[in-house]
Amino acid sequence: MNFLQIEDLCVHFPVRGGVFRKAIGACKAVDGVSFTLSKGRTLGLVGESGCGKSTLAKSIVQLVRPTAGSIHFKGHLLDPKKEAYDYRKSVQMVFQDPAESLNSRMTVGAIVQEPLDIHEIGEKKSRLHRVKQLLEQVGLPGNSARRYPFEFSGGQRQRIGIARALALQPELLVLDEPVSALDVSVQSQVLNLLMSLQEDLGLSYMLIAHDLAVVKHISDTIAVMYLGKIVEMGPADQIYSSPRHAYTQALLSAIPIPDPSLERKKVIIPGDIPSPIDPPRGCAYGHRVSAANYEKSFVEKPLWKEVNSDHWVLACPCCVSKD
Amino acid sequence: MEPNLTSEDLLKVEDLSVAFTTDEGQVIALDQVGFEVKQGQTVGLVGESGCGKSVTAYSIMGLLPKPIGKVISGNISFQNISLTGLPPEQMRKIRGNQIGMIFQEPMNALNPVQKIGTQLSEVFLIHQEMSDHQAWLGSIEMLDAVGIPSPENRVHEYPHQLSGGMRQRVVIAMALACQPKLIIADEPTTALDVTVQAQILDLLQNLQKKSGSSILLITHDLGVIAETCDEVCVMYAGRIVEKGSTKQIFTEPAHAYTQDLLASIPKLNGTPKTKLKTIDGIVPSLLDLNNGCRFGPRSGRKHSADLLNQRAEMTEVSTGHWVEACPVCTEL
Repeated sequence: MNFLQIEDLCVHFPVRGGVFRKAIGACKAVDGVSFTLSKGRTLGLVGESGCGKSTLAKSIVQLVRPTAGSIHFKGHLLDPKKEAYDYRKSVQMVFQDPAESLNSRMTVGAIVQEPLDIHEIGEKKSRLHRVKQLLEQVGLPGNSARRYPFEFSGGQRQRIGIARALALQPELLVLDEPVSALDVSVQSQVLNLLMSLQEDLGLSYMLIAHDLAVVKHISDTIAVMYLGKIVEMGPADQIYSSPRHAYTQALLSAIPIPDPSLERKKVIIPGDIPSPIDPPRGCAYGHRVSAANYEKSFVEKPLWKEVNSDHWVLACPCCVSKD
Repeated sequence: MEPNLTSEDLLKVEDLSVAFTTDEGQVIALDQVGFEVKQGQTVGLVGESGCGKSVTAYSIMGLLPKPIGKVISGNISFQNISLTGLPPEQMRKIRGNQIGMIFQEPMNALNPVQKIGTQLSEVFLIHQEMSDHQAWLGSIEMLDAVGIPSPENRVHEYPHQLSGGMRQRVVIAMALACQPKLIIADEPTTALDVTVQAQILDLLQNLQKKSGSSILLITHDLGVIAETCDEVCVMYAGRIVEKGSTKQIFTEPAHAYTQDLLASIPKLNGTPKTKLKTIDGIVPSLLDLNNGCRFGPRSGRKHSADLLNQRAEMTEVSTGHWVEACPVCTEL
């Protein structure tokens, strides 16, 4: 039994137009994504902005309704039509910008306590006790509960966000760019906290980040997304050492590495990610780089291919060499 | 001792201090900052938020918010002209003409209700006494130079019709329109994706090769610095704590702050899931700064009261490699 199993998940937003605001098209933000995540493991999700990472994350915490596909959590199929309180308790989210995801008019105590209030866990006194315990767990000073978010630095605010996500003793945390708003010296504090929490509490993470070095550092599995689809997925070290999809290769070569002695050949990807409302015919990446075999992708539907144990690639004829 | 300045220095910043008047009193945002940019070089200013990187850029451009921000001491000279005492009308002739600036957030640097072409033409109309038609053609040429496809159509578009990377190209085109000798790029790629960042950095380097101009690159990303800069200045709490060639800074960092900063970023070739080196606490508030070693309280190394109160001099540890010589933080 898989801890989390996503199959063929799609999130299509209607594009409306005309006098009667009829749906005249669809924005395929997430288009047929499948993966599994085991307990206590971390899945890193990388890709450019607009590729659907955040929509995928939101659909997993049920902030966005998937239009097709299924989510199995601990063997149970999630019914998208029902409010799944138990599921929501087990799956919590940490947002990108801690300054914007905390209500500035609530005290830190009230923010962290809110999930307990909503899910009616414990009594007043035990909730206060739990809040204190949570704040300690994320390394905030004991008197934080009565203070307001603005009194804290960026790194501390992100700790508040993490404490709130932990309040319901979840098993899966969805982390949407948890450190990208933080200073370099503070970033490592938060990453260390996330790693030690995972070890202590046996949490599973789904981590979205654009800093690929961060993703590599804390993930077991990495999935590379391009225009609503996962194009390559596999063990973190394999994705980095032998990427097979042309997009993964280009994405990796674009990361600046803080080592001036390193001579690397960069693949500069021209242009931008295409719009998911009007995707190109055939392979979306082949279209962007005008790949040699781009025409082939019109007729051949790409299939998943296991190139190494657990290392999967979407074998599109123009982006993956055949060997 | 500060290093001797040679004639080939395009830009010299000497002992620059900048103060801001706030409700809580005077804040010293820059405290005796000194560095130089030579012809054709790329110099990086790196540091965390609030360390004074952007204030340095704004002081050079003469864009400090008036009246609250002002240069209280020191000198900025550009091609041997002192910019600090220059009357505003003369500064306007240099700004945008001989010194170009690229801003962080391209959406905020462009006027949303003016066509791209109109905004670009303005640069030529102000600085180069061109006719409207010439300026318009010049704009098309600039857009072409920064790699925007079908520039003759793009000039008629508005900023919102372009993607982030394209907008940043327009901002670069504006900064380069008058072929400036010095380009100040304030976090030019921070708002962009890594793939687009690679495009923009590649573009900047190519344009620099063609024109031979110098770049002052401000960023917090050590990776970007390592790949683009010849010289690096590491800033902390309003001061330069270490400067030298990129190789010196990355291979033999002398100051504890530089060392800790380099150690705290996850590496692609590092061992996964290991604890990262952390720097305790947060970047100090400019309101209560000590005069001595400013990294001292966060460094985890024991500093005596004297060291925290008295500022150490910049010392040359090897040719061209200078460090604020706090004996505890530079202990090897």
